Amino acid sequence: MDLLEYQGKQLFAKHGVPVPDGRPAATVQEAVEAAEALGYPCVIKAQVLIGGRGKAGGIKLANSREEAEEHAQSILGMDIRGFTVHELYVEKASEIDEEYYAAIVFDRSAKKPMVMLSRMGGMDVEQVAETDPEAMRMTHVDPLIGFSDFNARELIYKSGIADDVMRPVGAMLAKLYDAFVAEDAMLVEVNPLLVTKSREVVALDSKFTVDGNALYRHPDTAAFRNVGAEDPQEQMAKERNLTYVKLDGNVGILGNGAGLVMSTLDVVAQAGGQPANFLDAGGGSKAEAIVDAVEVILSDEKVTAVLFNIFGGITRCDEVANGLVTAFGQIDVKVPFVVRLDGTNDEEGRKILADANLPNVHIEKTMLGAADRVVELAGAA
Amino acid sequence: MSILVGKDTKLAVSGLTGREGSFHGLNNKRYGTDLVAGVTPGKGGQDVEGVPVFNTVHDAVAETGANTSMIFVPPRFAADAILEAADAGVDLVICITEGIPAHDMLRVYTHLKRGTTRLIGPNCPGVLSPGQANVGIIPAHFFSEGSVGLVSRSGTLTYQIGNEIAQAGFGNSTIVGIGGDPIVGSSFIDVISLFEQDDQTELIVMCGEIGGDEEERTAEYIAEHVTKPVIAYIAGFTAPPGKTMGHAGAIVSGSKGTAQAKAEALEAKGVRVGRNPTQVAELAVETVGAKA
Repeated sequence: MDLLEYQGKQLFAKHGVPVPDGRPAATVQEAVEAAEALGYPCVIKAQVLIGGRGKAGGIKLANSREEAEEHAQSILGMDIRGFTVHELYVEKASEIDEEYYAAIVFDRSAKKPMVMLSRMGGMDVEQVAETDPEAMRMTHVDPLIGFSDFNARELIYKSGIADDVMRPVGAMLAKLYDAFVAEDAMLVEVNPLLVTKSREVVALDSKFTVDGNALYRHPDTAAFRNVGAEDPQEQMAKERNLTYVKLDGNVGILGNGAGLVMSTLDVVAQAGGQPANFLDAGGGSKAEAIVDAVEVILSDEKVTAVLFNIFGGITRCDEVANGLVTAFGQIDVKVPFVVRLDGTNDEEGRKILADANLPNVHIEKTMLGAADRVVELAGAA
Repeated sequence: MSILVGKDTKLAVSGLTGREGSFHGLNNKRYGTDLVAGVTPGKGGQDVEGVPVFNTVHDAVAETGANTSMIFVPPRFAADAILEAADAGVDLVICITEGIPAHDMLRVYTHLKRGTTRLIGPNCPGVLSPGQANVGIIPAHFFSEGSVGLVSRSGTLTYQIGNEIAQAGFGNSTIVGIGGDPIVGSSFIDVISLFEQDDQTELIVMCGEIGGDEEERTAEYIAEHVTKPVIAYIAGFTAPPGKTMGHAGAIVSGSKGTAQAKAEALEAKGVRVGRNPTQVAELAVETVGAKA
């Protein structure tokens, strides 16, 4: 789960990572109140889960109450690369002397946390990493020992940062590591890590991704869930405990198990079709889950045909078939369905479907045959 | 022979008294797996259809000689259960549980690598050696004994591909689901190195998916260390970047980790890559047919 800037900064502050003073605001009035309380100049920042806010006009400096109001008005509701701005963060302006970069990532290859530091922070840090790899210093941390002073020295001496801020930058890395572990983060990133004109070190931005599997032990973070940012179909699926990812095509897809669903998307694409979604109904898919899944898939108006690809293991094909029959009883289905049932109780499942004689439901035996059929029925995207 | 599980497996199931644990544990027993114990704190002294239950894995090992542990406890207790099994000295832990926090697995993984206990999973369907033992949730009736070693990151996709291979006339030495999480105990390389040493295995099939660089590193390993033919499949060619596709591990960030990059890395090292499950079975026929 990705957190908004101000949410990440709240977690930073909780673990002693220095951040500028600031307040979130959901309305223009709240933003003006925040600006008045913080004093001028202050910065009005769009809170969206995507980069490039500054370039899109989502970050503006306010020198007065009037400017704060004007900027809040223009940024709230703004569209930034497909994300609507529902919240603002009003922050005391900082005087920029230098911009560094710091991050801690979950390195899957090494199976260790990796801490990164660069003296070249700011807007185009990805390019820095590519064109001048020496400017991005990285070190791995033993997860059973934690971040040691030597890990910090390994980074601060080689990164080329200014001598006078080596200590506070090293201290910030240690605090970031505390936050990374304590908050079950998959990623924390500070860009820019700011050195102010008075040579103070602060985190001017935050990118914070937490592990959804660990939310049970972080109720405060779980409450951050940023509903407005989610696609309506994805939100509907989440409420029903289905794993759903919206895509751009017109072939609705349901399968059981993430790998099989990914493979199903691939064979549909190979057959010339365009998948509308990824939907994993999970192991042991019960009839109820199937009804929910059909509703979610059909709530996407672009869908012109649906493919059910089930390989029964724990999932029993007869239960899936019963779920589909129930769904057709409850929902007015207008598009054709192609159903491929294989594995546990597949014959029973196919018999249930044949007996129910559902309109416009086509039964296929193989995965490739089913893909060809659904693409033909779906027509052009 | 087979790898990981077989006639010598003596299985203790953590969570045997739970609904899923008893269903699958007893299913494994009916298949012929030597299920010797269950472990549930507070239920020591009870039994599940004649299988004795102990309070701790240490007790189970001392009383029954269990050498393999299967974890079927809820995610918040699973990391502790894996550590307990390793502390009790079992050789192999197979963790089925899905949804264990990644930081927990990071600590467990690092600890286990310093000892001798091997971990398969978590978030995996388990290990099946047809005709010998089944530890996990793989539906065994699709598979028969044979010469193909199958290793996969995904559950149902394993059954799909396994079934295509079975219909092409092959049996399996062992089927291993290594799990779809960012941190799993055993990698493709770990399992493929076991297949390379296994007499029964003549052909190795690996099913990967988007995310990480495991498949790329496996390609390097195969080129240097594996003499047996390997056929691969990669799921997720159509996955959009930056979106998680169900498995926590299956996320594409930038160009690295895409299905295309993985397929190319494998093909560059002489591994044939099927573009769909049916093609994998066709390649298996071609490869072993050409060998004979």
